[in-house]
Amino acid sequence: MLTTITNIISTIFIITGLFFVLVGTIGLLRFPDFYTRMHATGKCDTLGEGLMLVGLMVYQGFDLISVKMLFLVIFIFVANPVATHAIARRAYKVGLEAWRLEK
Amino acid sequence: MENVFLFAGLVLIFASILSLYRVIYGPGIFNRIVAVNVIGTKTILILVLIGYIYGRPHFVDIALAYALLNVIMTIAATKGIEV
Repeated sequence: MLTTITNIISTIFIITGLFFVLVGTIGLLRFPDFYTRMHATGKCDTLGEGLMLVGLMVYQGFDLISVKMLFLVIFIFVANPVATHAIARRAYKVGLEAWRLEK
Repeated sequence: MENVFLFAGLVLIFASILSLYRVIYGPGIFNRIVAVNVIGTKTILILVLIGYIYGRPHFVDIALAYALLNVIMTIAATKGIEV
């Protein structure tokens, strides 16, 4: 009985994480400008990844592997925004101007 | 449960192929860096899922190492641009 509950919960986490990753990919393809694309992927990927890994942690139960996955989730939640900020700052410094509607 | 991991892995591979388009046609170098960063994040997930499909969840170590490399690559790429 317990395994079915954990399976259901982890499936729900994995599917929602997958949804956010897909939304990030669509944002990467559809948005008109560099800053808007990065705005989409930076957030959606981090969240989708976090959700999927939490789903796998629920499936794995209390184990050393779950602790490693927790490190992975925490690292990605910290490092991905840093990388996105580094790109945005560099792009702004280089003089990549943002997209305007009337252009 | 294996079907869920398999389905998630296949959708992730499909999504990374889609974002491969942005790597090829991205107008500038910055779009390409963001696209490579996105593909790298997806590879981490695919790695962990493959580990679970094969019943070897110890793939998390490889995914952890790859996550570190991915971030360092992105920051090194931004520092190295002389556009």
